[in-house]
Amino acid sequence: MTAVDFRPPGFENNDQKPIGYGRMLRKEDARFIRGKGRYVDDVRLPGMLHLAILRSPLAHARIVRIDTSAAEAHPKVKAVVTGAMLAERGLAWMPTLAGDVQAVLATDKVRFQGQEVAFVVAEDRYAARDALELIDVEYEPLDPVIDVRRALAPDAPVIRTDLEGKTDNHIFDWETGDAEETERAFASADVVVSQDIVYPRVHPAPLETCGAVADYDRVSGKLTLWSTTQAPHAHRTLYALVAGLPEHKIRVIAPDIGGGFGGKVPIYPGYVCAIVGSMLTGRPVKWVEDRSENLISTGFARDYIMRGEIAATRDGKILAIRTHVLADHGAFNAQAAPSKYPAGFFGVFTGSYDLQAAYAKVTAVYTNKAPGGVAYACSFRITEAVYLVERIVDRLADELGMDPVELRLKNLLKPEQFPYKTKTGWVYDSGNYEPTLRKAMEIAGYHELRKEQAERRARGELMGIGVSFFTEAVGAGPRKHMDILGLGMNDGCELRVHPTGKAVLRLSVQTQGQGHETTFAQIVAEELGIPPDDIEVVHGDTDQTPFGLGTYGSRSTPVSGAAAALVARRIRDKAKIIASGMLEVSVADLEWRKGAFHVKGDPTRAVTIQDIAMRAHGAGDLPEGLEGGLDAQICYNPENLTYPHGAYICVVDIDPGTAKVKVRRFVAVDDCGTRINPMIIEGQVHGGLADGVGMALMEMIAFDEDGNCLGASFMDYLLPTALEVPDWETGYTVTPSPHHPIGAKGIGESATVGSPPAIVNAVVDALKPFGIRHVDMPLTPSRVWEAMQGRPQPPI
Amino acid sequence: MKVTITVNGKETSAEVEDRTLLVHYLRDVLNLTATNVGCDTTTCGACTVLLDGESVKSCTVLAAQADGREVTTVEGLAGEDGTMHPVQKAFHEQHGLQCGFCTPGMVMATVSLLKENPRPTEEQVRAGLEGNLCRCTGYHNIVKAVLAAAEETA
Repeated sequence: MTAVDFRPPGFENNDQKPIGYGRMLRKEDARFIRGKGRYVDDVRLPGMLHLAILRSPLAHARIVRIDTSAAEAHPKVKAVVTGAMLAERGLAWMPTLAGDVQAVLATDKVRFQGQEVAFVVAEDRYAARDALELIDVEYEPLDPVIDVRRALAPDAPVIRTDLEGKTDNHIFDWETGDAEETERAFASADVVVSQDIVYPRVHPAPLETCGAVADYDRVSGKLTLWSTTQAPHAHRTLYALVAGLPEHKIRVIAPDIGGGFGGKVPIYPGYVCAIVGSMLTGRPVKWVEDRSENLISTGFARDYIMRGEIAATRDGKILAIRTHVLADHGAFNAQAAPSKYPAGFFGVFTGSYDLQAAYAKVTAVYTNKAPGGVAYACSFRITEAVYLVERIVDRLADELGMDPVELRLKNLLKPEQFPYKTKTGWVYDSGNYEPTLRKAMEIAGYHELRKEQAERRARGELMGIGVSFFTEAVGAGPRKHMDILGLGMNDGCELRVHPTGKAVLRLSVQTQGQGHETTFAQIVAEELGIPPDDIEVVHGDTDQTPFGLGTYGSRSTPVSGAAAALVARRIRDKAKIIASGMLEVSVADLEWRKGAFHVKGDPTRAVTIQDIAMRAHGAGDLPEGLEGGLDAQICYNPENLTYPHGAYICVVDIDPGTAKVKVRRFVAVDDCGTRINPMIIEGQVHGGLADGVGMALMEMIAFDEDGNCLGASFMDYLLPTALEVPDWETGYTVTPSPHHPIGAKGIGESATVGSPPAIVNAVVDALKPFGIRHVDMPLTPSRVWEAMQGRPQPPI
Repeated sequence: MKVTITVNGKETSAEVEDRTLLVHYLRDVLNLTATNVGCDTTTCGACTVLLDGESVKSCTVLAAQADGREVTTVEGLAGEDGTMHPVQKAFHEQHGLQCGFCTPGMVMATVSLLKENPRPTEEQVRAGLEGNLCRCTGYHNIVKAVLAAAEETA
């Protein structure tokens, strides 16, 4: 028999292919690089129709009348659906991940510009768009609530008149920490610094927008839905609850996804419309939003207006931090966060420091804007928490006349303090912070940079050095505390080893480019000694994969990665028993060496995992009580989150004539514990750092006073190109997570979380000669120029 | 109207509406789905293809404008036997892609860039790819891939 190599040309010599952890080129590249990826808009089914959505031009208005007759008369149109029609079927509203409801199609009134009002199903995508123009909607404009600071005024118009008894725009108040203890710490402090800080509304803007193909089979009653979802299983359950379809008759398929960044966690009205469209027409229906629709209507990120306060002794011991936050959640509370955490994990705002006390209060309100809040690699609001603490620590350093690095070194948690319980109740698993910061300083040449800065400053040049040190909290989460709409945040893994020793690993998490097909194979390879190319990783099909909550919050490695290691160990345990039968020795006499069991003291008497797999499926007796086959399944309930950390240093130059900020250097040292694939980790970090440059310098979803969205296209919503970012300089330290089976922590969002404060700190540092203490993002030339003229303005 | 366009060396022909964008001709008519749509303002470059050897954003070209001309997409880049083009190989080896959505456009833009400037500096690579947005890689490894491909083909 001749061996057949199924690897495509160029992949046969994937030389750096460890059996286990290490740099390994990606398996998934083979298709993407040839244009053979299969994204939602690539799905084409016989008889497929196309759906387009009519959206509100106004931020707040009563719907007086909708006339769809002209659209219905269009020769290529198969269906026109309004909110009233959905209401008849009980589908006009759907639950959100935050336990609120959101209109699928507006019935009574529209509540943000871009809101879904009606949809058309037609024979092609051009005709569907044409027909939207033929729908006539009469609106009665209402006063919009745009400025979140005015949303709670007694005379503010009430947005959510649909909620019974609702007479204001207040969503919730949430508190953490100890207010009185914090008060006392502040009273005893030598120095108190207070700073208003806005984290403006931005958008994850994955390059592929959201979309779906719904195929409802009237004969079998089965719905198949291809969709851009980061959480296919959770979506399936929600569709069962919304549409009333039995869950076993729903198959959600997340094919290749062109980036998610949290933007593909919620269920959007478009998905529901596609399902309804398919049920109505009996044909497959495709919906793919365009970029403007993506930016104007899908989940935004941030929009936290924070007052941060920090108390310290004169010699720089930080005593306490407190903060009040006003959170703009838009018209519906659709924030994707664990049920018991309405402000996400903002409670980790105490950062990497040993404090005496801390307190935070978050007040969330409705405004006439699109819903969202948790997205864009935020790890459930940790972007906001880290930005707050790293900005106010820098403000304190300035106030004390201390070097920002020295202030941090003085206050960082010490390795012997871990596991460390923060004043807001989070138990950091492990950390060795100082070496991480020292390493970043070494790579950057920190002290030389300060010298250079002094020289340049003397010449009137504007150079800034910014530091941030962050602790992340990722891997939600323990089911005792964490659920999404009642679904515990556990993740499954199923591993089947075939007779010839090849394997299939089925995941409940869903890659959107993070390389799961490669790294999860590496985890199993490390545990079982099966080459990673012999392990097929399957994800994104709810009919084929075990239940779990999906990929976001950097939770894949902490939760599903743990499951993959443990399921492989379960296989190994069984393999050991089979091996004992094959070698005719007791289990206690066997020793595992990656890929084989051998008799202790005699390495020549050995059976490989492949031999064992054949035996497990083959003829002949197995040891007493053992079933045939070599499969296992697991559902992993993490005992805690993982807490990766990092030290970032940014160097900027500002053109004194134009106020343009140039990020000259960026050093990122991350510690995510055990590193499964360093190449992929670096790529994750690079991408997140570019996000940081975007948010700090360019990106913002703004609104005018009428509620018109001013960031609704790539002409206005500016993303970094190759020109705005430098070559990234990365480094790492390794502090494994003690509770994780392979000591690995999440990493995906660290750079997005950690980089904005480093950049803003650098810009503020550069502007010190102007007496500037703070400038809010995005630090566009005009905003920096205004600040240089003594007129720093908040962005909203 | 009827258009005849040579795509990846093969002549294709179809009746299309005047307004049909080239990207939709490739994707919906020919079922060549490598070329992606990432925006609606000609900003992102995910739809970049070669038109008579020059890179264009196919969302901003009508199929009618390509009538009688030659288009190359990423599907047409690898050899008959599947051997990757040096640019494809370099993107793989330098980890120049993650979600893969910008990749076809980025690879085509690179092919065009290296034709115009076979030995670009890093700055020239960054400037040359300014029309292509990537949300995953932070560009670092893409720049490395382009420089590696230049090295390979020079």
